[in-house]
Amino acid sequence: MSSVPNKQGRFGAYGGRYVPETLMPALLELEQEYARVKKDRSFQSELAYYLKHYVGRPTSLYFAQRLTKRLGGAKIYLKREDLCHTGAHKINNAIGQGLLAKRMKKPRIIAETGAGQHGVATATVAAMFGLQCEVYMGTEDMQRQALNVFRMRLLGATVTGVDAGSRTLKDAISEAMRDWTTNIRTTHYILGSVLGAHPYPMMIRDFQSIIGREARRQILAAEGRLPDCLIACVGGGSNAIGLFHAFIRDKKVKMIGVEAGGLGVASGKHAARFAGGKPGVLQGTMTYLLQGEDGQVNLTHSVSAGLDYAAIGPEHSYLRDQGRAEYTSVTDDEAMAGFDLLAREEGIMPALESAHAIAHTMKVAPRMKKSQILVVNLSGRGDKDVQQIANMRGITL
Amino acid sequence: MTSKLDRTFAQLRQHAEKALITYVMAGDPSLQDTEQLVVELEKAGADIIELGVPFSDPIADGPVIQQAAERALRSGTSLRAILSMIARLRAKTQIPLVLMAYYNTIHAFGLERFFQEAAQAGVDGLILPDMPPDEAGPLKGPAAAAGLPLIFLLAPTSTAARRTFVARQSQGFVYYVSLTGITGAKLLNLADVEQNVEKIRKVTSLPVAVGFGVATPEDAAKVAAIADGVIVGSAIVKQIAAYREKPEMVKHVAEFVRSLKTAMRMAQPKTR
Repeated sequence: MSSVPNKQGRFGAYGGRYVPETLMPALLELEQEYARVKKDRSFQSELAYYLKHYVGRPTSLYFAQRLTKRLGGAKIYLKREDLCHTGAHKINNAIGQGLLAKRMKKPRIIAETGAGQHGVATATVAAMFGLQCEVYMGTEDMQRQALNVFRMRLLGATVTGVDAGSRTLKDAISEAMRDWTTNIRTTHYILGSVLGAHPYPMMIRDFQSIIGREARRQILAAEGRLPDCLIACVGGGSNAIGLFHAFIRDKKVKMIGVEAGGLGVASGKHAARFAGGKPGVLQGTMTYLLQGEDGQVNLTHSVSAGLDYAAIGPEHSYLRDQGRAEYTSVTDDEAMAGFDLLAREEGIMPALESAHAIAHTMKVAPRMKKSQILVVNLSGRGDKDVQQIANMRGITL
Repeated sequence: MTSKLDRTFAQLRQHAEKALITYVMAGDPSLQDTEQLVVELEKAGADIIELGVPFSDPIADGPVIQQAAERALRSGTSLRAILSMIARLRAKTQIPLVLMAYYNTIHAFGLERFFQEAAQAGVDGLILPDMPPDEAGPLKGPAAAAGLPLIFLLAPTSTAARRTFVARQSQGFVYYVSLTGITGAKLLNLADVEQNVEKIRKVTSLPVAVGFGVATPEDAAKVAAIADGVIVGSAIVKQIAAYREKPEMVKHVAEFVRSLKTAMRMAQPKTR
């Protein structure tokens, strides 16, 4: 498989730059600037410094002994992105783009957020670099993730509710794109997942690929060999591509992305793009998209705000077409069972997003041999979801 | 090949007039209303009509047009139904009709089929606000085969290199976005618009039409003095929204359009 994307930002048939002309010059500038810093030693060493001392990298690759025993099959290792500062992998990208915004002398940054993890990461980075920050969030998500809204405000960010469409991540991205279109001269848009127009899917993948580079080194140190399978949840897909990227050439390592099955794919209330979607263009990129016959984008449903999005990152569409990665989905209920299992067996509360990866692990691990190795990306911690889970169980805190 | 758009601009130029291009969202509040609006807006002085194809996620549009799209989708408007309406309209009027659609709506329809059926129905041009010419390769063949001009946009942020690139790809006219922002914003800076229109004229002989942020007859008159066409969208859609449940809606919107055209006719000091 040749290296993707190409110069036009294409991952095979996917990706590209479907944006209003107003944004094109900024995207071209961002692409050039990113190409420069990618090779720039001082930028890379500054990034490495913050990842180590501020984020707390490398995160551990933890052998989940009790979970392994309980499931009775493959050895399960958890890549502990939940241990990153702010509680999820999102900060890997936010730090990278924050540094880039500083280089481009943009005093203001904006972001969208679904679960609030990317918003919190961006607000954190903005505080640390002294940048002005505004975060767009669907009002439905603001309700589900009230704690993260408050965290962002404590960090000095302005959180702006978006009351259009489904009032979730998709609408927050549209609003952030409109803000960027309006304030492009002063503002950098820190997109949070491997979505949107080129160079975002490539750049965010690169910033997240540290997850897989570390995991590869760590598993080789622990086991002396590569894992048999990688599992990660996929909303836009930044934690998944972050884990997968370093293993793409290791053909024997199977890679599985887990989408949000919501109330079940048959119910129509889900965010399983590969099960229910077809290629189309949303918010700057060509990719698999949940849409009606007329090309109107469907409403999605997931218990996890971070997976509740109608499109998947274009590189995932490409990896699936190439047969290099496979994709599946688990339901809300299965994800909740994954949450409970990890909390009880390992004393780790996963984010509801990451609980989808655990839920699929529960299906896959028992069917594997005890000599086989599974690496699961634990992309974030579940503290942010505690309130929501209590509500779902009819408990008032 | 001369298109209907080319002929319209040429005729207007002969009469020392500028084109009034009015935007309405097809299906807002219903396609029957849109059909009536097209006929009446032409009588009121519109020279070209842009018909918005509603889309669930219109990233280039402000709240006024977003809400119009939501209303149109609620009334069940599809691209197929819009094309049927246009075919019906062709028995009543030959005014140039330009579709403004987000790419996914025509992608889902099927490119080849879309261009064939659109041309057959009587569509005279296509504007895709989320498709810069850089991505338009796959459209060029089918568009040319159907004889349908692809109209591209330039913005205040466009660099000199992009100005040349985009203007050379555009057909029918060049759509100059008057401000750094989304539709319906209120940031019209005339001196800036004039400068940019002049720069565009240096790289193309196509007419230049200016849109985004043109809201009043006064704005329209000022822009008419600078450009070949004046595009008014959100201000019209706002009137449709305000009067959508009243029987005099069409008449009221037509009056507004008449006031735009009158102002443009009265103030035309600079002819080319």
